[in-house]
Amino acid sequence: MPFEPVLLANINKPESYTLRVYEAGGGYQGLRKVLKEKTPAEFIELVKSSNLRGRGGAGFPTGLKWSFLPKDHPGPVYMCINADESEPGTFNNRILMELDPHQVIEGIILSCYATKAVTAYLYIRVEYPTCYQRLQQAIDECYAAGLLGKNIAGSDFSLDIYLHRGAAAYICGEETGLIESLEGKRAWPRIKPPFPAVEGVFRKPTVVNNIETVCCVTQIAARGVEWFKSIGVPSDPNNPRDPGSYGPKLYCLSGHVNKPGCYEAPLGITCRQLIDEYGGGIWKGRKAKAAIPGGISMGLFTAAEFDTPLDFAGPGKVGCLGLGTAAVVVLDETVSMVDFLHNSCRFFAHESCGQCTPCREGTHWSLTMLERIKAGKGRLKDLDLLLEIGDTIGIIPGTTICGLSDGAAWPIKNAIRKFRPEFEEYIKRTNPTGYMVTEAVNALPVVALH
Amino acid sequence: MAVLTEDMIAAIKDYFPRYPTRQAVTLPALHIVNERLRYVPLEAVVEIAQLLELAPAQVQDTLSFYGYFKQDKPHGETRAWVCRSIACALRDGEQVLEHMCHAAGIHPGETTRDNKLTIEFAECLGACEYAPCMLAGDVLHKNLTNESAEAFVKQTCSGHGGNGQAGSTH
Repeated sequence: MPFEPVLLANINKPESYTLRVYEAGGGYQGLRKVLKEKTPAEFIELVKSSNLRGRGGAGFPTGLKWSFLPKDHPGPVYMCINADESEPGTFNNRILMELDPHQVIEGIILSCYATKAVTAYLYIRVEYPTCYQRLQQAIDECYAAGLLGKNIAGSDFSLDIYLHRGAAAYICGEETGLIESLEGKRAWPRIKPPFPAVEGVFRKPTVVNNIETVCCVTQIAARGVEWFKSIGVPSDPNNPRDPGSYGPKLYCLSGHVNKPGCYEAPLGITCRQLIDEYGGGIWKGRKAKAAIPGGISMGLFTAAEFDTPLDFAGPGKVGCLGLGTAAVVVLDETVSMVDFLHNSCRFFAHESCGQCTPCREGTHWSLTMLERIKAGKGRLKDLDLLLEIGDTIGIIPGTTICGLSDGAAWPIKNAIRKFRPEFEEYIKRTNPTGYMVTEAVNALPVVALH
Repeated sequence: MAVLTEDMIAAIKDYFPRYPTRQAVTLPALHIVNERLRYVPLEAVVEIAQLLELAPAQVQDTLSFYGYFKQDKPHGETRAWVCRSIACALRDGEQVLEHMCHAAGIHPGETTRDNKLTIEFAECLGACEYAPCMLAGDVLHKNLTNESAEAFVKQTCSGHGGNGQAGSTH
C-alpha cells in the first residue's frame, strides 16, 4: 500500500514503549522544536491551520477548541486526556498507549504547552491495566529525562501528568461526565453551557482531548501542517464552514472479517476498501450483511452502502450518526438483526447513567421490547414504538443532557428502518397471533377493613 | 477496628498533592482499598470519607455509581471479565461466557465456593481484534474458545473445574 503509517510507525519495533526506542526514531524532536521556536499562541494557530479534528467521536476542530479558553485567565488551566475508550468496537487508543506511550505523552506536552495547562490528568479506563503500567513507566522515564516536571527540555514550560483510573463506566467517555468522575463524583454529564473551556474540572478552564488526537498533534509538530493536509479529504469548497477530513486515521476493524485489527489509513477510505484491502474480506467466504461505521452508537451501513467514505462527512450521508471512533464492526449474512439490536440495546440500557429520564427509561424499555421480540412475543407495533423511542431520546431531539442516548437511538433507528422486513418476518414467524403474552400478575392481598 | 491499614492510608495520602480538592482522591482511594481487599466494605467508605474530609454519603454516592466496586463481599482471587459486547458477541463470546460459567458451576456475577474465581460479563474490553476476549486480573485472554475458557477455569480453581455451587449470592 502506498500509504506509510505514521501514528503506528513505531508499534512493531521491539520495546517500542521505551523512551530509548522512541527517541531513536526521532521522538520528542517535534516537541523540542516547538518549545524553542513557537509561542503557545503560534502553536495553536498552527494546529488550527491543520484543520485537525478531534478523533474521539464528535470531530470538533482541536485548535478551535483550544482557542475557546478564556484569554488572560489567572489559571490554572487543566488538560484532561480522555482514554476512557469504551465504545464497542474501538481499541485504537489501547494500541497507542500500550505500544507507543511516548507518542501520547509528547502530544500531551505539546497540547498543554499550547493551552498553558500546567497539570494534565489522563483518565484511563480500568479495563486497560497494561496501558496503565506502560504509561506510568513512560511518565517516570520522562521525569527522569527532564521531559516532564519543571522546565521541560530546558524551556520555561513546566507540566505534571497524572494517570487517573476510571471504574468501568461508559459515560466517563463523555467529556463532562469524565470531569465529574475526575472530581470524585458520579459521572453525570453536566448541562452546557458553561463549556469545559470556560468552567471545567475544579471549576477551572479545561480542555478534554482524545488520545489519538494528541498523537496527531505530535505528528503535526514533527512533520508540519502541509504534510498533514496532504492526507485525507479536503474541505467542501461550497461549504465555507466545513473543516474537511485531513490526516491519517486509525480504523479499528473487527467482527466477521478475516483479519481484524487496527489499521492506519488516510481519512476517507471507503468501508469496502477497509474490509477488502486491509481486513482480507469477509470470513468463511460469506457475504456481508451490514457494518457498524464507527462504534455501535453510530448506527449501521447496509452492504449496499459499503462504498461510503469513512470521513467525518461520509456516514452522515447514509443516515448514520457520524464517523464516531471509526471502529468498523462487520456483520456477515448469518447475523440476525434482532440479535444485533438486542445486543446494542442491552449495552446502552446497562451504560445509561440514569440522570435524564428519556434516556434512562428509553434505553430500558427498548431493551425490554427487544427481549420480548427475541423471545417470540413481539408485536408488529413494537417496531413503531421502538422508532418512537429512537426519535425522541437524545440531544438531537433535545431531550437529554448528553449524546449517549443519541448513540442508543441510532442503532435502533438504522436497524429498523434499513432492515424492517427482517424484523417483521421474525415477529410474524415467532408470534403468528400477534398478541403480546404478558405474565400473570398476582392479585393484591385482601386487607381486612375494620 | 479500622479497615484501612497504615499502608493504605499512606497510599491514599500520596494522591493528595495531585489534585486541588480532596474529593478528587475518591476514585484512587477506592481503587487502593479494592486492590488490597478485593471489595470496599462500608466501614472503609466511612474511613475514606474521614481522610478526604467528606461525608460518608458522598463517597458512597460515588462508589455506588460505578459497578466496579463490590461492597457485600470480596470477589474471588481472580476476577474474570468476559466481554459480551457486539464484536465479541459476533464471534460467540456469549456462548463462551455460558460455557465458562457452566464449567465453574456459577452464574455471571458469582464467585466459586473456594473463592478462587469470580466470573462477570463485561461491556467492550477494547480488544475487539481478539474477539472473543476476557480480562482476568491484569491478563487479557485472546480469541477464547469453549476449550480454552474451560482450561482457564480448571487452572484457576483448585482441584478440578466443576467445584460446586456458588456462594451465598442467591
